[in-house]
Amino acid sequence: MSMTISEKILAAHTDQAEVHPGELIEARVDFALGNDITAPLAIEAFRRAGAKKVFDPERVALIPDHFAPNKDIASAMQVKMLRDFAHEQGLPHFYEVGRMGVEHALLPEQGLVLPGDVIIGADSHTCTYGALGAFSTGVGSTDLGAAMITGKVWFKVPASVKFVYKGKRGPWVGGKDLILYTIGQIGVDGARYMAMEFTGEAIDSLPMSDRFTMSNMAIEAGAKAGLIAPDATTEAYLKNRAARPYRCYASDPDAHYDAVYEWDISNLTPVVALPHSPGNVRPVSEIPKTDIDQVVIGSCTNGRLEDLREAAKVLKGKKVSPNVRCLVIPATQRIYQDAMREGLFEIFLDAEAAVSTPTCGPCLGGHMGILAAGERAVATTNRNFVGRMGHPESEVYLSNPAVAAASAVLGRIAHPDEL
Amino acid sequence: MMNFRGKAWKFGDDVDTDAIIPARYLNTSDPKALAAHCMEDADATFSGKVNAGDVIIAGKNFGCGSSREHAPVAIKAVGVSCVIAQSFARIFYRNAFNTGLPILECPEAVAAIETGDEVEVDLDQGVVANVTKGVKYKAEPVPPFMQELLNAGGLIPYVQKQLKKGAA
Repeated sequence: MSMTISEKILAAHTDQAEVHPGELIEARVDFALGNDITAPLAIEAFRRAGAKKVFDPERVALIPDHFAPNKDIASAMQVKMLRDFAHEQGLPHFYEVGRMGVEHALLPEQGLVLPGDVIIGADSHTCTYGALGAFSTGVGSTDLGAAMITGKVWFKVPASVKFVYKGKRGPWVGGKDLILYTIGQIGVDGARYMAMEFTGEAIDSLPMSDRFTMSNMAIEAGAKAGLIAPDATTEAYLKNRAARPYRCYASDPDAHYDAVYEWDISNLTPVVALPHSPGNVRPVSEIPKTDIDQVVIGSCTNGRLEDLREAAKVLKGKKVSPNVRCLVIPATQRIYQDAMREGLFEIFLDAEAAVSTPTCGPCLGGHMGILAAGERAVATTNRNFVGRMGHPESEVYLSNPAVAAASAVLGRIAHPDEL
Repeated sequence: MMNFRGKAWKFGDDVDTDAIIPARYLNTSDPKALAAHCMEDADATFSGKVNAGDVIIAGKNFGCGSSREHAPVAIKAVGVSCVIAQSFARIFYRNAFNTGLPILECPEAVAAIETGDEVEVDLDQGVVANVTKGVKYKAEPVPPFMQELLNAGGLIPYVQKQLKKGAA
């Protein structure tokens, strides 16, 4: 039987030769992760089950990134719970502040999540690793707790839906624009319970960082996973990085898809998702004058070195508008160091932007840049739900890093070409 | 046998987990603390007016967004007996079963039930009754595997059984 990449990976993690959409399976897990918000409940579930040892300490990562560096006493207690559990279980992949990064930027960077893997994480953006050709999906804490014990997880095999992006990307158009455009077209539940598969000429030429951005936001269309088949770009990224051997899969040419979308993106221009839905997508050029108070450049969606370079290209020699706070948050310690060595910080600081140590922080309204009532932010993050970055009467507009940087300078939502 | 009766509170489509329990309150996983802010960004007065046994009625894609299990935990802890939606986001769907929050998909009931209606739910039969209007609706059946999980008492007791099997 012909299978999609998702079906092949899932089948390889069961004792079955093939799996079919809708089928319930128990799959072996290659890697499992949790963060400072979700892992405490997972550890409680682990204890409640009476378990003593995780299935494999090398395959479990605990990453305090959401409210870390600890924003208050309660957050410090949650992180302490992770730390104590990591020490008790001898987990090598517990990342303290100073080594820490936003989980979905950190684990690929460390070569811990790889093509052909089945990965679960108690964080919805775990789908990010689909960019490497892994089957990777977000689950809740109890699921993580159970998987830490058994090394297995139950799944309903998802149907697959294929996206073919034809043509070449125009100026200032990145992975963020492709995925926002996609969500705008199919809606925030357009791929509910499905595996999205990103293909086509525009994906072939897409750098790894932009691929991560696309897979990262598959959840914003309701998807279980968002995969890109490994190619030379993937292999180049993994060289000198992969922590263990891996296997690359590709969909059979005659594999079944519930739907196939084909778009020529040659004429696509940078887009923004307006409040309060990632599916509320418009071209930047069509947005009426919208003054802003804050810009956030960072997160698991767009906090990689390439994203910071895009922002720096726009901010070089410019000043952030006096009406705007511009926060730049490199997603990992290594990205922070690389950006510093490349001289990007000088550009950001000269522009009067603030540069922060890695954290999810403002993306989910945790800390480090919370909005007051009536305030508006342009952010390179992934969600613009009501209250997402602070007060329920604040607003978040989602964009790529270049649009965010241009908006910071002009104090309103702006296209980089306006500078 | 699982039966519930209570007042309906109706919400729209795509209610996300940030609306169900905003991240600003996630520095704890204490159910009582979470319950105090349940549905706060969708209806700031919800936790003050909801009564034990009441039912949340919602449109499509309920629970979209983050994977936080705190969302079903908060709904359960505030006293809501059951969530009836047109459809659920997939992580929320898993989490509800794993944490023992009863949920049903029943688009017809969602379309007809208004806030304030008295609703009775027979979870085993998958029947939703609008007592106020005297109409009954049949919900989508719970898949057999999920039923098995529910019967075992959730995912953790299910895993415990597996652990015991392994030890034997």
